[in-house]
Amino acid sequence: MKLLMPYITGGIVPGWTAYLDAFEDAGADMVEVGLPFSDPTVDGRTIQEASDTALARGTTPASVLEDLATARTGIPIVASTYANIALRPGFGDALTAAGVTGLIVPDLPLDELAGLDVPGVQVSLLASPATPDDRLAEIGRGSQGFVYAISIMGTTGERDRLAPSAVTLAARLKQITDLPVLLGFGISTPEQAGEAAAVADGVIVGAAVMRRILDGAGPTEVGAFVASLRAALSQVATVR
Amino acid sequence: MPESLIPACEAVAEAFSQAWADPGFRGSLAALLSAHVGRPTPLTPAVRLSTELGVTVLLKREDLTHTGSHKINNVLGQALLARRMGRTRLIAETGAGMHGVATATAGALLGLPVKVFMGERDVERQAHNVFRMRLLGAEVVPVTTGSRTLKDATSEAMRHWVTDVDEAYYCVGSVIGPHPYPMMVREFQRVIGDEARRQCAAELPAATPDYVVACVGGGSNAAGTFAGFVETSAKLVGVEAEGGSGATNGEIGVLHGFQSLFLQDEHGQIKEAHSIAAGLDYPGVGPEHAYLRDLGRARYVTASDGEAIAAAVRLARSEGVLPAIESAHALAWVVRAAGTPELPRGSTVLVTLSGRGDKDITTLIAEAELA
Repeated sequence: MKLLMPYITGGIVPGWTAYLDAFEDAGADMVEVGLPFSDPTVDGRTIQEASDTALARGTTPASVLEDLATARTGIPIVASTYANIALRPGFGDALTAAGVTGLIVPDLPLDELAGLDVPGVQVSLLASPATPDDRLAEIGRGSQGFVYAISIMGTTGERDRLAPSAVTLAARLKQITDLPVLLGFGISTPEQAGEAAAVADGVIVGAAVMRRILDGAGPTEVGAFVASLRAALSQVATVR
Repeated sequence: MPESLIPACEAVAEAFSQAWADPGFRGSLAALLSAHVGRPTPLTPAVRLSTELGVTVLLKREDLTHTGSHKINNVLGQALLARRMGRTRLIAETGAGMHGVATATAGALLGLPVKVFMGERDVERQAHNVFRMRLLGAEVVPVTTGSRTLKDATSEAMRHWVTDVDEAYYCVGSVIGPHPYPMMVREFQRVIGDEARRQCAAELPAATPDYVVACVGGGSNAAGTFAGFVETSAKLVGVEAEGGSGATNGEIGVLHGFQSLFLQDEHGQIKEAHSIAAGLDYPGVGPEHAYLRDLGRARYVTASDGEAIAAAVRLARSEGVLPAIESAHALAWVVRAAGTPELPRGSTVLVTLSGRGDKDITTLIAEAELA
C-alpha cells in the first residue's frame, strides 16, 4: 500500500477544513497542512501565492491550529511551517492541542533540531538529492514517521515530469532507512505519482493541489484529483 | 537553511577557511583591492562640519572605492573564492544595487557571468544601477514577490541557487545568510576597520577615536568597520533606518539561514522594512550585530528618512562630499547626538561613509528641499 499525503495551505479560504474531509474521502493516508509564513524560501510560485493569500485574509499559525482542533478529519495531520514559526515558544503545545501528530520544517536542517521543542510530535526530516551519503544516514536515523525525499534541486511547484534525481534519491534512502520514504516537490499528475511510488513508499502532492484551489476548485473537484492520485498509486501497489 | 543548500554552504565554508589561510589568496585579493578598487581609501577630516558640531568628525571614505561603495571589498574576495572553487557563474541579491553593481564588476573582471536578483520596487527606484549592471554584462532579474525589496530578492536568490548549486556561487552582499557568510563577509570587509584604525593611530593624538559610527542595513560596512575597533576603547554605534531597525526593535528569529534579530509581528511573520535608503531596507540584522548588542559592546540607534536626507545635503555643502543616503544615516546620528551626553562636545568620531550619493540623485531631487 503506497502512501498518499496531499498538502493544503491552512486558512487559504473560509471553511478550508472541508478540503481535509475531501482528501480523506478520496483515500489520502494523511494530510500536510501548511501554516503560512511571510517568507517561504523553499516554496515556488504556487505555494508562495497560497501563503500570501492566506495571510492576507488574516490567517495566522494559531488560527490554522484552532481550525484543526475543531476539524473532524480522521487521518493524521502533519503540520509544515518555517523555522521562524516552529521555533517560537509554545509552538509544540499548540500543535498537540490541535491534534497534530507530525511536523515538517523545510528550513530547519538536521543540525538545528535541538532548538525545536515539540514533545509528542513526530518530526520528519527532509533529504535532498545533494545530501551526501553519511548525512543521508544521519537523516534516516534522526527522522520520525517518514523521510521526506525532495525529488529535485529546486523549489516546490509543478513540473512536467518526474526528475531523475527523485528515483536516485528514493533508492539511496530505501537502502539506509526502514521508515517510509515519501517523495515530494514537483509531483503534479497521477502518472508522475505512479512513477514516484514505484521507487518510494508514497508521495506528497502540494502545488498541484494548491493551484486547483487558487483557481477556485472546491472540495469535490480537488477531492476528485486526489482520488485520481490514489488510483494511480493503487495500480503501483497491485503490480508489485 | 534548506537541506538542499547545506552541502553548498559547507563547501563555501571549507573553501573560505583554506583560502583565508593561504597567503597566495590574500595576496591576490590585496593586489585587486589596490590596483582595481583604489585602496587604501583616505580618512578625511570633515573640517567645517566638525567646527559646526563641536566634535571632530573623520570620514572613512568607502565612497571613493571603485564602483562607489564598500560592497566591492567583499565581492572581490568572494569572486576570487568562487573561481578558486571552480564555480563558473555568480548570483547575487541586491537592494540599492550597489552590491549588484559590484558583483557585475567582479564578474566582468574575472570573466564570470552574473545574475542579480533585485526587488521590483528597487529596480524602479534605482534604475541607474540597473542600467549599470546590464552595461557590465550582468542579467538583472526583477523580483515581484512579497515586499519586492531586498528581503524578497534574497529569498529568490536562494531559490535560484538550489537549482544551479554545482555551477553557481552565491555571492551574498551583507553579513547575513547561513554560515560562513556572516563571518566571511565581515572578514572581507574588515579592511575598512583595519585601515581606519591604522590611519587613526597615525593621525590622532589619542590614536583611537572616541566613537566609531556606521550605518546598518544587514550591517556589512558596520561589521567591517567595527572589526578594526572592537578591541579598542572606541564606542561603537550602528545607525539603522527608522523603518528597518532590526537591531534596535527586532526580536529573535530565523530567516535566510541565520538566527538574529528581525522585525516581526506577534505571530512570527516577518515585517516589511521601509526606508528611503534601499540598502537599509532589510528587516533583520547580521547575527554578529545582535551579539555585539547583547554584549553591550555596540549600541544601535535609528535615524529617520528626513534626518538622513538633511545630513546628506549638509555634508555635500559643508565638505563637498555627497554620501549615499544609506551612509547619511550614520552622519544623521552624529548631527543629532553631537553636544549631547550621547556624543559629548570635544569627542572624536569616525564615520564610515559606505558609499557615494550619485545613485541617489533622483531621490534627492524629489525629497530634499533645497534652498
